[in-house]
Amino acid sequence: MHRKTVLRVVSKFIIPFVLLFGLYVQWHGDFGPGGGFQAGVIFAAGFILYGLIYGVGLVRQVLPARVTRGLLVIGVLLYSFVGIFGILFGGNFLDYNVLAAKPLVGQHIGVLLVELGVGITVAASMITIFCAFAGRSPSRLDKN
Amino acid sequence: MIVTALMLSRVRNLFASAILCGIYSLLGATAYVVMDAVDVAFTEAAVGAGLSTVLMLGTLALTTEKEIVTPKEKKLSATFLVIITGSILIYGTLDLPFYGDPTAPVHTYVASHYITNSAQEIGLPNMVTSVLASYRGYDTLGEVFVILTAAVGVISIIGRRGAAAGDREA
Repeated sequence: MHRKTVLRVVSKFIIPFVLLFGLYVQWHGDFGPGGGFQAGVIFAAGFILYGLIYGVGLVRQVLPARVTRGLLVIGVLLYSFVGIFGILFGGNFLDYNVLAAKPLVGQHIGVLLVELGVGITVAASMITIFCAFAGRSPSRLDKN
Repeated sequence: MIVTALMLSRVRNLFASAILCGIYSLLGATAYVVMDAVDVAFTEAAVGAGLSTVLMLGTLALTTEKEIVTPKEKKLSATFLVIITGSILIYGTLDLPFYGDPTAPVHTYVASHYITNSAQEIGLPNMVTSVLASYRGYDTLGEVFVILTAAVGVISIIGRRGAAAGDREA
Protein backbone atom coordinates (compact mmCIF):
# COMPACT_ATOMS: atom_id res chain seq x y z
CA MET A 1 0.00 0.00 0.00
CA HIS A 2 2.96 2.32 0.56
CA ARG A 3 3.23 3.08 -3.16
CA LYS A 4 -0.16 4.82 -3.44
CA THR A 5 0.82 8.47 -3.76
CA VAL A 6 -2.62 9.92 -3.07
CA LEU A 7 -3.02 7.98 0.17
CA ARG A 8 0.45 8.93 1.32
CA VAL A 9 0.05 12.64 0.63
CA VAL A 10 -3.47 12.90 2.02
CA SER A 11 -2.66 10.91 5.14
CA LYS A 12 0.42 13.02 5.78
CA PHE A 13 -1.81 16.05 5.52
CA ILE A 14 -4.55 14.86 7.87
CA ILE A 15 -2.65 12.91 10.54
CA PRO A 16 -1.47 16.08 12.36
CA PHE A 17 -5.06 17.31 12.43
CA VAL A 18 -6.29 13.97 13.75
CA LEU A 19 -3.76 14.12 16.57
CA LEU A 20 -4.58 17.76 17.25
CA PHE A 21 -8.31 16.94 17.35
CA GLY A 22 -7.56 14.10 19.75
CA LEU A 23 -5.78 16.51 22.10
CA TYR A 24 -8.62 19.02 21.74
CA VAL A 25 -11.17 16.38 22.71
CA GLN A 26 -8.95 15.35 25.60
CA TRP A 27 -8.62 18.80 27.17
CA HIS A 28 -12.00 20.12 26.12
CA GLY A 29 -13.98 17.19 27.54
CA ASP A 30 -15.01 19.35 30.52
CA PHE A 31 -16.79 21.82 28.31
CA GLY A 32 -18.07 19.95 25.28
CA PRO A 33 -18.73 16.38 24.31
CA GLY A 34 -15.70 14.16 24.64
CA GLY A 35 -13.24 13.06 27.25
CA GLY A 36 -10.52 10.54 27.80
CA PHE A 37 -12.13 7.59 26.06
CA GLN A 38 -12.94 9.40 22.83
CA ALA A 39 -9.69 11.35 22.82
CA GLY A 40 -7.66 8.21 23.32
CA VAL A 41 -9.40 6.49 20.45
CA ILE A 42 -8.98 9.47 18.11
CA PHE A 43 -5.34 9.87 19.06
CA ALA A 44 -4.76 6.17 18.44
CA ALA A 45 -6.62 6.45 15.13
CA GLY A 46 -3.96 8.86 13.89
CA PHE A 47 -1.24 6.30 14.57
CA ILE A 48 -3.35 3.49 13.15
CA LEU A 49 -3.92 5.44 9.92
CA TYR A 50 -0.18 5.91 9.69
CA GLY A 51 0.33 2.22 10.34
CA LEU A 52 -2.21 1.20 7.71
CA ILE A 53 -0.49 3.23 5.03
CA TYR A 54 3.20 3.10 5.92
CA GLY A 55 3.28 -0.25 7.72
CA VAL A 56 3.42 -1.27 11.37
CA GLY A 57 7.20 -1.29 11.44
CA LEU A 58 7.36 2.48 11.09
CA VAL A 59 4.77 2.98 13.85
CA ARG A 60 6.88 0.76 16.06
CA GLN A 61 9.89 2.97 15.28
CA VAL A 62 8.00 5.98 16.60
CA LEU A 63 6.36 4.11 19.47
CA PRO A 64 8.24 0.92 20.38
CA ALA A 65 6.32 -1.85 22.12
CA ARG A 66 8.06 -0.96 25.38
CA VAL A 67 6.68 2.60 25.24
CA THR A 68 3.06 1.64 24.55
CA ARG A 69 3.18 -1.05 27.23
CA GLY A 70 4.55 1.48 29.67
CA LEU A 71 1.91 4.08 28.77
CA LEU A 72 -0.77 1.41 29.17
CA VAL A 73 0.14 1.02 32.82
CA ILE A 74 0.97 4.70 33.42
CA GLY A 75 -2.60 5.73 32.54
CA VAL A 76 -4.17 3.31 34.99
CA LEU A 77 -1.64 4.19 37.68
CA LEU A 78 -2.27 7.93 37.18
CA TYR A 79 -5.98 7.35 37.69
CA SER A 80 -5.40 5.17 40.75
CA PHE A 81 -2.90 7.54 42.31
CA VAL A 82 -5.32 10.45 41.97
CA GLY A 83 -7.69 8.29 43.99
CA ILE A 84 -5.02 7.42 46.56
CA PHE A 85 -3.97 11.08 46.86
CA GLY A 86 -7.58 11.74 47.82
CA ILE A 87 -7.05 9.41 50.81
CA LEU A 88 -3.66 10.97 51.65
CA PHE A 89 -5.16 14.46 51.75
CA GLY A 90 -7.82 13.26 54.17
CA GLY A 91 -10.74 12.41 51.92
CA ASN A 92 -12.18 9.24 50.46
CA PHE A 93 -10.75 7.25 47.57
CA LEU A 94 -11.25 9.30 44.36
CA ASP A 95 -12.41 12.30 46.40
CA TYR A 96 -11.20 15.29 44.37
CA ASN A 97 -12.47 17.99 46.73
CA VAL A 98 -9.38 17.73 48.92
CA LEU A 99 -6.81 17.98 46.09
CA ALA A 100 -6.74 21.79 46.24
CA ALA A 101 -7.66 24.53 48.66
CA LYS A 102 -11.05 25.07 47.06
CA PRO A 103 -13.27 22.04 46.37
CA LEU A 104 -14.17 23.24 42.85
CA VAL A 105 -10.50 23.68 41.89
CA GLY A 106 -9.77 20.26 43.34
CA GLN A 107 -12.59 18.74 41.32
CA HIS A 108 -11.23 20.37 38.19
CA ILE A 109 -7.70 19.07 38.77
CA GLY A 110 -9.00 15.63 39.65
CA VAL A 111 -11.24 15.31 36.61
CA LEU A 112 -8.50 16.59 34.31
CA LEU A 113 -5.90 14.13 35.63
CA VAL A 114 -8.31 11.23 35.66
CA GLU A 115 -9.37 11.90 32.07
CA LEU A 116 -5.70 12.15 31.11
CA GLY A 117 -5.12 8.74 32.64
CA VAL A 118 -8.09 7.33 30.76
CA GLY A 119 -6.87 8.86 27.51
CA ILE A 120 -3.32 7.53 27.88
CA THR A 121 -4.47 4.01 28.64
CA VAL A 122 -7.09 3.93 25.87
CA ALA A 123 -4.72 5.30 23.23
CA ALA A 124 -1.91 2.95 24.24
CA SER A 125 -4.16 -0.10 24.34
CA MET A 126 -5.71 0.67 20.94
CA ILE A 127 -2.28 1.10 19.36
CA THR A 128 -1.09 -2.08 21.09
CA ILE A 129 -4.06 -4.11 19.89
CA PHE A 130 -3.77 -2.77 16.33
CA CYS A 131 -0.05 -3.47 16.17
CA ALA A 132 -0.56 -6.93 17.59
CA PHE A 133 -3.13 -7.76 14.90
CA ALA A 134 -1.37 -6.08 12.01
CA GLY A 135 2.12 -7.09 13.08
CA ARG A 136 1.23 -10.77 12.76
CA SER A 137 1.05 -10.67 8.98
CA PRO A 138 2.91 -7.73 7.48
CA SER A 139 2.87 -9.38 4.05
CA ARG A 140 -0.91 -9.74 3.86
CA LEU A 141 -1.52 -6.19 5.05
CA ASP A 142 0.91 -4.75 2.55
CA LYS A 143 -0.78 -6.62 -0.27
CA ASN A 144 -4.19 -5.19 0.53
CA MET B 1 -30.30 0.35 10.36
CA ILE B 2 -32.77 -2.47 9.75
CA VAL B 3 -31.72 -2.70 6.11
CA THR B 4 -28.08 -2.89 7.15
CA ALA B 5 -28.85 -5.58 9.72
CA LEU B 6 -30.74 -7.66 7.15
CA MET B 7 -27.92 -7.28 4.63
CA LEU B 8 -25.44 -8.31 7.32
CA SER B 9 -27.28 -11.57 7.86
CA ARG B 10 -27.36 -12.31 4.11
CA VAL B 11 -23.83 -11.33 3.10
CA ARG B 12 -21.31 -14.19 2.95
CA ASN B 13 -18.20 -12.14 2.18
CA LEU B 14 -16.61 -11.26 5.52
CA PHE B 15 -14.95 -8.12 4.15
CA ALA B 16 -18.39 -6.79 3.17
CA SER B 17 -19.86 -7.72 6.53
CA ALA B 18 -17.06 -5.93 8.40
CA ILE B 19 -17.80 -2.77 6.41
CA LEU B 20 -21.54 -3.23 7.00
CA CYS B 21 -20.89 -3.47 10.74
CA GLY B 22 -19.12 -0.12 10.49
CA ILE B 23 -22.07 1.39 8.63
CA TYR B 24 -24.42 0.00 11.27
CA SER B 25 -22.38 1.65 14.03
CA LEU B 26 -22.34 4.95 12.17
CA LEU B 27 -26.14 4.83 11.83
CA GLY B 28 -26.32 3.98 15.52
CA ALA B 29 -24.22 7.06 16.25
CA THR B 30 -26.62 9.27 14.30
CA ALA B 31 -29.48 7.71 16.26
CA TYR B 32 -27.72 8.75 19.49
CA VAL B 33 -27.33 12.30 18.14
CA VAL B 34 -31.06 12.37 17.45
CA MET B 35 -31.62 11.34 21.08
CA ASP B 36 -29.32 14.20 22.23
CA ALA B 37 -26.70 11.82 23.63
CA VAL B 38 -23.74 13.50 21.96
CA ASP B 39 -21.05 11.92 24.13
CA VAL B 40 -22.31 8.41 23.46
CA ALA B 41 -22.63 9.18 19.75
CA PHE B 42 -19.04 10.41 19.72
CA THR B 43 -17.80 7.20 21.31
CA GLU B 44 -19.90 5.01 19.02
CA ALA B 45 -18.64 6.78 15.91
CA ALA B 46 -15.00 6.61 17.00
CA VAL B 47 -14.93 3.10 18.45
CA GLY B 48 -17.76 1.28 16.72
CA ALA B 49 -17.53 2.71 13.24
CA GLY B 50 -13.83 3.49 13.20
CA LEU B 51 -11.58 1.32 15.30
CA SER B 52 -13.51 -1.92 15.51
CA THR B 53 -13.88 -1.95 11.71
CA VAL B 54 -10.12 -1.55 11.38
CA LEU B 55 -9.54 -4.33 13.91
CA MET B 56 -12.00 -6.61 12.12
CA LEU B 57 -10.22 -5.97 8.83
CA GLY B 58 -6.94 -6.69 10.60
CA THR B 59 -8.38 -9.98 11.80
CA LEU B 60 -9.53 -10.75 8.26
CA ALA B 61 -5.98 -10.24 7.06
CA LEU B 62 -4.99 -13.01 9.49
CA THR B 63 -7.80 -15.39 8.51
CA THR B 64 -9.86 -15.73 5.34
CA GLU B 65 -12.49 -13.55 3.72
CA LYS B 66 -15.04 -16.28 3.01
CA GLU B 67 -17.53 -17.46 5.59
CA ILE B 68 -17.95 -21.23 5.94
CA VAL B 69 -21.63 -21.95 5.35
CA THR B 70 -23.24 -24.19 7.95
CA PRO B 71 -25.11 -27.24 6.59
CA LYS B 72 -28.92 -27.08 6.54
CA GLU B 73 -29.70 -29.65 9.27
CA LYS B 74 -27.68 -27.69 11.85
CA LYS B 75 -29.61 -24.54 11.02
CA LEU B 76 -32.97 -25.80 12.34
CA SER B 77 -31.94 -26.07 15.99
CA ALA B 78 -30.10 -22.76 15.72
CA THR B 79 -33.20 -21.02 14.35
CA PHE B 80 -35.24 -22.51 17.20
CA LEU B 81 -32.78 -21.14 19.79
CA VAL B 82 -32.66 -17.71 18.15
CA ILE B 83 -36.47 -17.46 18.10
CA ILE B 84 -36.71 -18.41 21.80
CA THR B 85 -33.98 -15.94 22.85
CA GLY B 86 -35.44 -13.19 20.68
CA SER B 87 -38.93 -13.57 22.10
CA ILE B 88 -37.56 -13.54 25.66
CA LEU B 89 -35.67 -10.32 24.88
CA ILE B 90 -38.72 -8.69 23.30
CA TYR B 91 -40.80 -9.76 26.32
CA GLY B 92 -38.19 -8.08 28.50
CA THR B 93 -38.46 -4.78 26.63
CA LEU B 94 -42.20 -4.66 27.41
CA ASP B 95 -41.29 -3.81 31.02
CA LEU B 96 -38.98 -0.94 30.05
CA PRO B 97 -40.30 2.60 30.52
CA PHE B 98 -41.05 4.61 27.40
CA TYR B 99 -38.29 6.85 25.99
CA GLY B 100 -38.35 10.22 27.74
CA ASP B 101 -40.76 9.06 30.46
CA PRO B 102 -40.14 11.42 33.41
CA THR B 103 -41.29 8.81 35.95
CA ALA B 104 -38.78 6.22 34.77
CA PRO B 105 -36.52 4.89 37.57
CA VAL B 106 -33.44 6.50 35.95
CA HIS B 107 -34.90 9.97 36.28
CA THR B 108 -36.27 9.65 39.80
CA TYR B 109 -33.18 8.45 41.70
CA VAL B 110 -29.87 10.38 41.47
CA ALA B 111 -30.25 12.04 38.08
CA SER B 112 -32.10 15.04 39.48
CA HIS B 113 -29.36 15.51 42.07
CA TYR B 114 -26.74 15.53 39.30
CA ILE B 115 -28.75 17.98 37.20
CA THR B 116 -29.43 20.47 39.98
CA ASN B 117 -26.18 20.26 41.96
CA SER B 118 -23.36 19.34 39.59
CA ALA B 119 -22.69 22.96 38.66
CA GLN B 120 -22.05 23.85 42.31
CA GLU B 121 -20.35 20.61 43.36
CA ILE B 122 -18.12 19.91 40.34
CA GLY B 123 -18.23 23.15 38.38
CA LEU B 124 -17.90 21.61 34.92
CA PRO B 125 -20.19 22.75 32.11
CA ASN B 126 -20.40 19.25 30.62
CA MET B 127 -22.51 17.25 33.03
CA VAL B 128 -21.63 13.96 31.36
CA THR B 129 -17.98 14.48 32.24
CA SER B 130 -18.75 15.32 35.86
CA VAL B 131 -20.87 12.20 36.23
CA LEU B 132 -18.36 10.02 34.41
CA ALA B 133 -15.18 11.23 36.06
CA SER B 134 -16.31 12.42 39.47
CA TYR B 135 -19.62 11.03 40.73
CA ARG B 136 -19.02 7.68 39.06
CA GLY B 137 -15.23 7.70 39.35
CA TYR B 138 -15.10 4.12 40.61
CA ASP B 139 -16.98 2.81 37.57
CA THR B 140 -14.72 4.68 35.17
CA LEU B 141 -11.64 3.37 36.97
CA GLY B 142 -13.07 -0.12 36.52
CA GLU B 143 -13.62 0.54 32.81
CA VAL B 144 -10.01 1.66 32.39
CA PHE B 145 -8.89 -1.57 34.07
CA VAL B 146 -11.11 -3.49 31.64
CA ILE B 147 -9.37 -1.80 28.69
CA LEU B 148 -5.97 -2.52 30.23
CA THR B 149 -7.00 -6.16 30.66
CA ALA B 150 -8.11 -6.33 27.02
CA ALA B 151 -4.77 -4.99 25.81
CA VAL B 152 -2.86 -7.34 28.12
CA GLY B 153 -4.96 -10.24 26.84
CA VAL B 154 -4.19 -9.37 23.22
CA ILE B 155 -0.49 -9.02 24.02
CA SER B 156 -0.35 -12.36 25.79
CA ILE B 157 -2.30 -14.24 23.10
CA ILE B 158 -0.98 -12.85 19.81
CA GLY B 159 1.16 -9.86 20.69
CA ARG B 160 4.43 -11.57 21.55
CA ARG B 161 5.40 -12.46 18.01
CA GLY B 162 4.09 -9.17 16.58
CA ALA B 163 5.97 -7.15 19.16
CA ALA B 164 9.12 -9.12 18.50
CA ALA B 165 8.75 -8.48 14.76
CA GLY B 166 8.17 -4.78 15.43
CA ASP B 167 11.25 -4.58 17.61
CA ARG B 168 13.30 -6.35 14.99
CA GLU B 169 12.28 -3.91 12.33
CA ALA B 170 12.98 -0.99 14.63
